[in-house]
Amino acid sequence: MNLIGDAIAWIFSGDPGAGLAPIPVALAQHLMFTFLSVLIAAIIAVPLGWVIGHTGRGRDIAVAISGAARAIPSFGLLILLFLVLGVLRTTEAALITFVLLAIPSILAGAYTGFEAIDRKVIDAARSMGMTQWQVLWRVEVPLGLPLLIAGLRSATLQVVATVTIAAYINLGGLGQYILAGIPLRRFDIVLGGALLVAALALVLDGVFALLQRASVPAGMRAAQSEHKTASKRSAPARAAVTAAS
Amino acid sequence: MNWVVDNLDLIRELTLVHLRQSVIAIVLGFLLSLPLGWLAWRYRGARGGILTVTGLLYTIPSLALLPILPVVLGTPIFSEVNLILALTIYAIALMVRSVADGLGSVDPAVRLSATAMGYGAGRRFWAVDFPLAGPVILAGLRVTAVSTIALATVGALIGITNLGYLFTNGSQRRIIPEVVAGIIAVVLIALVLDGLLIVAGRVMMPWSRAQRRRARRAVLPLEVSVA
Repeated sequence: MNLIGDAIAWIFSGDPGAGLAPIPVALAQHLMFTFLSVLIAAIIAVPLGWVIGHTGRGRDIAVAISGAARAIPSFGLLILLFLVLGVLRTTEAALITFVLLAIPSILAGAYTGFEAIDRKVIDAARSMGMTQWQVLWRVEVPLGLPLLIAGLRSATLQVVATVTIAAYINLGGLGQYILAGIPLRRFDIVLGGALLVAALALVLDGVFALLQRASVPAGMRAAQSEHKTASKRSAPARAAVTAAS
Repeated sequence: MNWVVDNLDLIRELTLVHLRQSVIAIVLGFLLSLPLGWLAWRYRGARGGILTVTGLLYTIPSLALLPILPVVLGTPIFSEVNLILALTIYAIALMVRSVADGLGSVDPAVRLSATAMGYGAGRRFWAVDFPLAGPVILAGLRVTAVSTIALATVGALIGITNLGYLFTNGSQRRIIPEVVAGIIAVVLIALVLDGLLIVAGRVMMPWSRAQRRRARRAVLPLEVSVA
């Protein structure tokens, strides 16, 4: 318990000591890497996932790739790209690793979001005379949004964890305190850094949980509270997104 | 490549250590998630609590959980036990939901008929609920096994030896084949374990395959009569 007190005292001391960057700087680096990588990954994976979900083609390949990606240790991939690209391109090596890691979850979120939609709703939209584009933008995208955000959520958390590890290749971020404290036997720094990383992950998770709830269209929210079965039906799809992460 | 050939013994030794650490965590996680998943499925009130706590634990990045656990549980930070405990926590977090979902996927009519035939609660769970929930639980177990093996490498960052050592050592000495060998070894043992789980599932749950075959044949009724 004393150690926790020391760690909290270290966090609020204002100077991390041992020649380390101030906590706000490390936090800013951590957040910047996370958002930038998730953004790039989303630009790649969201349209692709929507195409898969809308056409129903390529799903097996996407599932196979996300399954295989799970077996690759992100720490190993990071070190490999770091060595291949060289010390001068540490940032690029790290960004590529983070983006590659984030893509499978976002892809799965995008297409499972479309798959979870009741086919009758899409048939109804077609029979009302909607074009393919209208079905996509007015029906599938809004209804698939909660699961897409679930995918972005697990991608973000995975990247936060990997940015922590990336302190090993001198990328900065909050992981540097954990890694720098160990050889110095400064467990207040190690634990303080670990608490900061855990807090950051929990806060981001909470923000995404709120976003996910807010992204359910008003009409669907009413339908879900009326028929509990509706929310049950989406449960396997939600599980698929978490499993894909 | 020379590095790999010269260090086959090291790779073999690290692979065995890595397997030991991961398999203990996977088995422990599986055994502990059975009662927890059952509680979450059986009692609505417990469900929210159990799934929220495991979900939050899963959210904490591994490199942060490794130094936090010793403070909470009193385990030495640099010991293998610490890594195995962290991996077990992640395994439970992934598995509990699969167990609860799996039990939820059992047709209530089947459960009622088991009761009608005189099955007590315990016997019904082991003879009816658990086997029928098997395919969903197995799917969760496969995901857990593969991600546990990949995740274990992070232990090397706080000095716990396993295949992750090839990453830290390879990075310090700038030996690319060493890092590649580490990645390949991790992916290989993950795939082998995954394959073993698929085979075990087929052996223990032969009906899940028969069902799928029947479902496929149902489309072509003529073929069924021929077979």
